[in-house]
Amino acid sequence: MSSFSADTPHSSSVMGRIFIYGILLIVAGYFLLPLLVMVFTSVKSMEEIRTGSLISIPTSITFDAWSKAWSSACTGVECSGLSGYFWNSVWLVTPTVSISTFLGALNGYVLTKWNFKGADVFFSMLLIGCFIPFQVILLPMARTLGFLGLAGTTTGLIMVHIIYGLAFTTLFFRNFYVSIPNELVRAAQIDGAGFFMIFWKIMLPLSIPIIVVSVIWQFTQIWNDFLFGVVFSAGESQPITVALNNLVNTSTGVKEYNVDMAAAIIAALPTLFVYVVAGKYFVRGLTAGAVKG
Amino acid sequence: MGALTIKNVCKSYGPTDVLKGVNIDIQAGEFLILVGPSGCGKSTLLNMIAGLDGITSGEIQIDGRVVNNLPPKDRDIAMVFQSYALYPNMDIRRNISFGLEIRKVPKSEQDRIVNEVSSMLQIDQLLDRKPSQLSGGQRQRVAMGRALARKPALYLFDEPLSNLDAKLRVDMRTEIKMLHQRLKTTIVYVTHDQIEAMTLADKIAVMKGGIVQQFGSPRQLYDEPANMFVAGFMGSPSMNFIPCKVVSMGNETGVEIDGGAGTFKLPVRSNQLKSSEGQEVMLGIRPEKVTHKIESHLENSDFHLAKCRVSINEPTGPDTNIFIHMNGAKVVCRSTPDSAKDPGEEMEMMFDLSKMVFFDPKTEERLA
Repeated sequence: MSSFSADTPHSSSVMGRIFIYGILLIVAGYFLLPLLVMVFTSVKSMEEIRTGSLISIPTSITFDAWSKAWSSACTGVECSGLSGYFWNSVWLVTPTVSISTFLGALNGYVLTKWNFKGADVFFSMLLIGCFIPFQVILLPMARTLGFLGLAGTTTGLIMVHIIYGLAFTTLFFRNFYVSIPNELVRAAQIDGAGFFMIFWKIMLPLSIPIIVVSVIWQFTQIWNDFLFGVVFSAGESQPITVALNNLVNTSTGVKEYNVDMAAAIIAALPTLFVYVVAGKYFVRGLTAGAVKG
Repeated sequence: MGALTIKNVCKSYGPTDVLKGVNIDIQAGEFLILVGPSGCGKSTLLNMIAGLDGITSGEIQIDGRVVNNLPPKDRDIAMVFQSYALYPNMDIRRNISFGLEIRKVPKSEQDRIVNEVSSMLQIDQLLDRKPSQLSGGQRQRVAMGRALARKPALYLFDEPLSNLDAKLRVDMRTEIKMLHQRLKTTIVYVTHDQIEAMTLADKIAVMKGGIVQQFGSPRQLYDEPANMFVAGFMGSPSMNFIPCKVVSMGNETGVEIDGGAGTFKLPVRSNQLKSSEGQEVMLGIRPEKVTHKIESHLENSDFHLAKCRVSINEPTGPDTNIFIHMNGAKVVCRSTPDSAKDPGEEMEMMFDLSKMVFFDPKTEERLA
């Protein structure tokens, strides 16, 4: 039997490889096509868009649409492009991602290593937070923000995102910390380390893979969020997703497809960037963290 | 005042009593082993000494100081864990010095201690590695090094050898013993391995069901077990239990045994069974106390010869274990390979009467 299968798999495995790569190429092309159309359209002039077909390769490349989308396209009555809103989103995402990740880590640490009475009930209740749709909390949250005097402010929006993200980050960290042996914490306790010392010196350095997961998740969620952005922020403080919507839906004059496409890509770039950069750390973190306690 | 005193300590989780009144007292420099089957409460007791687990009632003293309500870091203890629990993110040097660092020991002093400990345990060439780059035996050494670095009043070992393979375990066992003899430290050591307990301990506490069944020196436990559990737990192969009847042998008392080649009577050396003629008792005798005929012992009245029928023999190399059915119970006897008889044959066995112990078959407590 072994002599049988020794030579036959060779030819069939080559065929199999061709088949698999063929399928992968087709699927990859299918998924890349919209992005390709976006990039092509964003570097064409309006003249070329009107005359050419949707997927034709641009004859001359121009970045006018990009600079317009960035600095002078109209989002409603305002005509200063996406730049301001882009930085709004950056200032929104930076504190929310870091605070919700940090609190999630702290929660996970407490839930797994400092078990208190009712921890399980607490965790289950927190878990429900993962399943609550955005729409459900809009009204209560609006009332709360109004009560706190934070309605329509960036601080208010930051708070909403932190609270909403906490359920997810806690879940991530809790499940990660469950696999870290309790003896590690006990050893540190006997060595004389306290609650926060153990957290900083032992738990956090071990958490890099899950920190990356949490950051990717939270960054994508919050950067791409539209609903909270449109409901809980106003005017100048709106995030880029809301501005993009306004830009594309502004109905005065000609529909500038190249500017719309450039704007959409600008809005999507940071998440792509995070995936590319953090993805690498993610793999590194996984191999570095592959240590039995 | 002892180095460790445990007074009437109880522990319950809700309605389940895990420890029911434990009393142990050891002197400074003694090696105490807590041994027992899994679930006997030995690890719980160790965690309570460490302060990782609270106690329900009773009192624990370390070096004459009641530590019931002290957190682990203030108890002056160090602990070696079963899984070693080395900090994966730190190199070996920092693993050993972490406790010193927290206690604000000056850096130069830390370095001196790390060097001293690592050369003692022969891990000096590993100091810059991460725990993941070490083998099981090396991790074990580092875990011990971490405990040694702090020089506490009490060392706690929680089944430190159970994750090592058999050969390494024997080596490390010897090394721990040497270390203890050299440093004269007080150690509390948890294991489920009775050989580890016998070889290492100054004092052993055999535990079962949250109760200390017997507390004493290895020799005491081996020769004078308090009940059938301790008798059966310590020693390998374990002690033989033969149900038999107390009979009169003229002016002596004896027990009657049928070894498959006619019944015989063994005189009882202890006076405790004098008034119990006719009663059923459980005779306990260790395998090495029922042997082939040894000529030099023939003159000694403590040795008694009797004919038995061999059921099976098992050569182990140095000895051959002979299995004989006595009063229906399977009895292991130790013989030299030369004098062992084949199955079915009769063999003259020599009983050491001075090492026979008797238990109540119902309560399993020692009678004599």
